[in-house]
Amino acid sequence: MTTYYSEEHEWITVEGETATLGITQHAADQLGEIVFCEQKEVGDTFDKAEEIGVIESVKAASEIYAPLDGEVIEANPALEENPGALNENPEGEAWIYKIKLTDAAQLEDLMDLDGYKAFIG
Amino acid sequence: MMTDAPKRTPLYDLHVELGGKMVDFAGWEMPVQYPMGIMGEHKQCREKAGLFDVSHMGQVILKGADIAAKLETIAPSAFTTLKEGKARYTFFTNDAGGIMDDLIVSNAGDHFFVVVNASMRHQDIPHMAKHLDGVEVIEIFDRALVAVQGPAAEAVVGDLCPAARDMKFMETIVADIMGVECRLSRLGYTGEDGYEISIPEDKAVEITRALLAHEDCAPAGLGARDSLRLEAGLCLYGNDIDNDTTPVEAALTWAMQKRRREEGGFPGAARIQKELAEGAARKLVGIKPTGRAPARQGVEVQSPEGETIGMITSGGFGPTVGGPVAMGYVATEQAAPGQAVNLIIRGKAQPAEIVALPFVTQNYKR
Repeated sequence: MTTYYSEEHEWITVEGETATLGITQHAADQLGEIVFCEQKEVGDTFDKAEEIGVIESVKAASEIYAPLDGEVIEANPALEENPGALNENPEGEAWIYKIKLTDAAQLEDLMDLDGYKAFIG
Repeated sequence: MMTDAPKRTPLYDLHVELGGKMVDFAGWEMPVQYPMGIMGEHKQCREKAGLFDVSHMGQVILKGADIAAKLETIAPSAFTTLKEGKARYTFFTNDAGGIMDDLIVSNAGDHFFVVVNASMRHQDIPHMAKHLDGVEVIEIFDRALVAVQGPAAEAVVGDLCPAARDMKFMETIVADIMGVECRLSRLGYTGEDGYEISIPEDKAVEITRALLAHEDCAPAGLGARDSLRLEAGLCLYGNDIDNDTTPVEAALTWAMQKRRREEGGFPGAARIQKELAEGAARKLVGIKPTGRAPARQGVEVQSPEGETIGMITSGGFGPTVGGPVAMGYVATEQAAPGQAVNLIIRGKAQPAEIVALPFVTQNYKR
């Protein structure tokens, strides 16, 4: 189980051919109080850099961009009732998707935790 | 236009000290929120008291003869009957009946006191100077403006200024606070009871600290100010009203007293009086999304049949309502409360309903 990070402030934890994806605590802190999360549906496929959801805070709407190609196999249902969980525990229970990886080689373009920490300064 | 470095109010250093997140707003570096967060600051203001720095707004003194009558030539409210010590909400209209800016005009006895939007100072000052013949238009640069808003505002301000307790909504006085003369006006932009206090800049920090020292008072930023005014159904200039919207469309005719509606004599009177008589083609209404997705400015409003009938002009999350709230213009025949509409958010139709404004009951000290 390895966790990777994107420059769009997502984390992705890989287990075999599937992975769990969410936003980082840093991203959640920057967004402010989150009131809504729009998710794609199970079975939707997407390409790297494609918009795969929207997070709305009290301030503004922010898109979530796919860090790699994949297919949604589960969208966290808890976020509909409790979007505020994305502020509380975005790297844990408030994951956004479970996905199937289409091209595992794309993981090499992502950062590890140390790289991400350096990236956000 | 805005190439200059952003300006700072006399309270800038205090905002930074209090952890304010500073953003550029209309050319001013202002706090959008403090560590409490927009949601917390919003609730603080509904339940206790929030303190806002609104020093970026334009404070103007008008001096001369017959100011009230002259103001009536550029704004459609009644000023000749505005008693000393009273404030009134109004707007400047253009020749097409659109709204150039909204503002507060107070009769201060030997002069009139006017507060205009920060973003429209550059327009309003020359506009008044040009049209108020023989009136001295003095823009004030050496006073802060601090708003204390919420059910505890009377206790917070009254502790420092007992005279504030006796004021009623839309009254204005000059009173001593900590040894300096301040102007207090019992009004605001949140739907709550409260005051706006004009303070000489060299005492602004000291008095603001004293107000914040009250256990029921906490600083609040522009973020909470916007969600509070939206829930209260109060227009934001540039969003909900502008040069292309009339007072009839914007449902602001309550600010035009009977004599003015009948007599006219203000810019755009022909169109506005026609709309008063016959109704306008569109109307500003409250719009409540049924789901949880906020509908923001620019979102298209459709009838259930899929026909475009209007647009959202302000929208977001209402912390007191506990869900999304919005305002916008829709075709008058589909503007009745209860009307079902669809909002096109990111290409998808989301159900919503036309509702009466405000979203939360206004809590003024009448």
